[in-house]
Amino acid sequence: MTLPRWSLIAALSLLTLVAAIASLLFGAVDLSVARLVAAATGDGDKVASIILFDLRLPRTVLALAVGAMLGLAGAALQGYLRNPLAEPSVLGTSNAAALGGVGAIYFGLADIHPIVLPLLATGGALVSLALLVALAGRAESPLTLILAGIAVGTLAVAGTSLALNLSPNPFAAMEIMTWLLGSLENRSFDHVWIALPCVAIGSAMLLWNGRALDALTLGEDAAQALGTDLKRTRLRLLLGTAIGVGGAVAVAGAIGFVGLIVPHLIRPLTDRSPSAILLPSAIGGAALLTLADLGVRIIPSTIELKLGVVTAFLGVPVFLIHLMRERRLW
Amino acid sequence: MVSLVLDHVGVTLGRRAVVRDVSTEFGPGTLTAIVGPNGAGKSTLARAMLALVPATGTVRVDGVDAAAMPRAELARGIAYVPQGQLLHWPLTVERLVGLGRLPHLTPMSRISAADTAAIERAMARADVLDLRGRIATELSGGERARVLFARALAVEAPALIADEPLASLDPGHQIDVMDMLRAEAAGGALVIAVLHDLTLAARYCDRLLLIDAGRIVAEGAPAEVLTAERLRAVYGIDARVETGGAWPTITVLGRASV
Repeated sequence: MTLPRWSLIAALSLLTLVAAIASLLFGAVDLSVARLVAAATGDGDKVASIILFDLRLPRTVLALAVGAMLGLAGAALQGYLRNPLAEPSVLGTSNAAALGGVGAIYFGLADIHPIVLPLLATGGALVSLALLVALAGRAESPLTLILAGIAVGTLAVAGTSLALNLSPNPFAAMEIMTWLLGSLENRSFDHVWIALPCVAIGSAMLLWNGRALDALTLGEDAAQALGTDLKRTRLRLLLGTAIGVGGAVAVAGAIGFVGLIVPHLIRPLTDRSPSAILLPSAIGGAALLTLADLGVRIIPSTIELKLGVVTAFLGVPVFLIHLMRERRLW
Repeated sequence: MVSLVLDHVGVTLGRRAVVRDVSTEFGPGTLTAIVGPNGAGKSTLARAMLALVPATGTVRVDGVDAAAMPRAELARGIAYVPQGQLLHWPLTVERLVGLGRLPHLTPMSRISAADTAAIERAMARADVLDLRGRIATELSGGERARVLFARALAVEAPALIADEPLASLDPGHQIDVMDMLRAEAAGGALVIAVLHDLTLAARYCDRLLLIDAGRIVAEGAPAEVLTAERLRAVYGIDARVETGGAWPTITVLGRASV
């Protein structure tokens, strides 16, 4: 079912708006809509205003930004690698960002200031980018990029495992594990100011690649013969993913599957060209992660569920549906 | 008007010299076939003309060095139908043909009325208007060949290079594709096709370029190039070449006895 592009974008935007409003309205503390509206307009009580502006608003903004970045990066990578199973972690950037965060916890730097962890995580993503460019920056085949991504990602995962292995006590290991599961709990505007510029720069670079990704539908030779500069396309893809996803993982931890499932959900609604799913995947990712984060808060449980756990569970039915569709085809 | 001039062009892939010291030229309104055995360097030569492989020597498009041209400008000068019918996503025929307009667009520009008109013209010329809403990956080989040809026509470039456009097509569809190439040349385009079918090459092309081991062995009118001696030397076959009709016909008798 192909929807006209602008109706798809309008429908997804509406969904995202509803999700964002719901994310502001519901949470651990039950606040009436009237109190929140009063707080939003500036004449509410102090508690409502703190909950709205210092807790729920940054959390909502981060869910939107991180979700959009993961959805967009997934769509761009699937287009570039011409593989519907690609996702942002394919380049190893998210693992490297996670390692940066783990390092901050392991060496106790995260306790100095809340901002140290996301800064080190962003640093991890940038180091992985440098490694990726060194390993695969010049070659033109997607295979070399995947191999370089696996090498960088495996190295980062090994480093994370090492940190867990060498943890002085179970509590330290637990803290690392908890962060790795991914969450938007207790985030402030400090985190927003780290994530937003990264997401903005990363998204712009990936969206700029749209036409080049369309050309790659015909293979690399045909894409070049259609005027595509493959080296620049790849560089924008690497920079955009590393900066954007690095910034997203830095504030939210490693949240999987959003980048994988959102393009899958969006693709059947478009003309299936890689460029057509970029922007809708960003908006859809924002809606999905905001709704998942809302679910985390309102699903009753004694310990708050981690966002990465919920998105992982969401991924399963999407792939089961795909599997069933494939079986019917064959 | 367009001209394509190759001046001592060589291509080395890995350690192997695949194309060696090729100098020749192509002009508008002609259909040239590049023929030769497997591994002779035909496709690599075609890719060198499009600056898709690093080459020594120079390829000049209307007097300008192709390697120094911005990619988009070169793309507007020469359209290309690559080997195989590669298509990674299930696009509709209309969307696929529309990819031919990419050299005329910038990353954020909108498709203009002129682009839409060019897409319509290309689909009409390749006779795929009735397929426009179909998913290109679900078409038959013959239909897909026409659609990919339309994609190249949508570029509206003065030159066209097609790499083995007849591969895996039945005789009827082979003739359809050759008719389209012929029509483009008749319309003033510079057309080059890498071909394996020597009789079709002889029947449709103004000029043949016979390549072996990366070098030009012979070039000229089909009847001059396709002699039994050359076919024996280059392809290792015994063949009967009949030149009495409107075009030379080649009957392969068997492997040449050494």
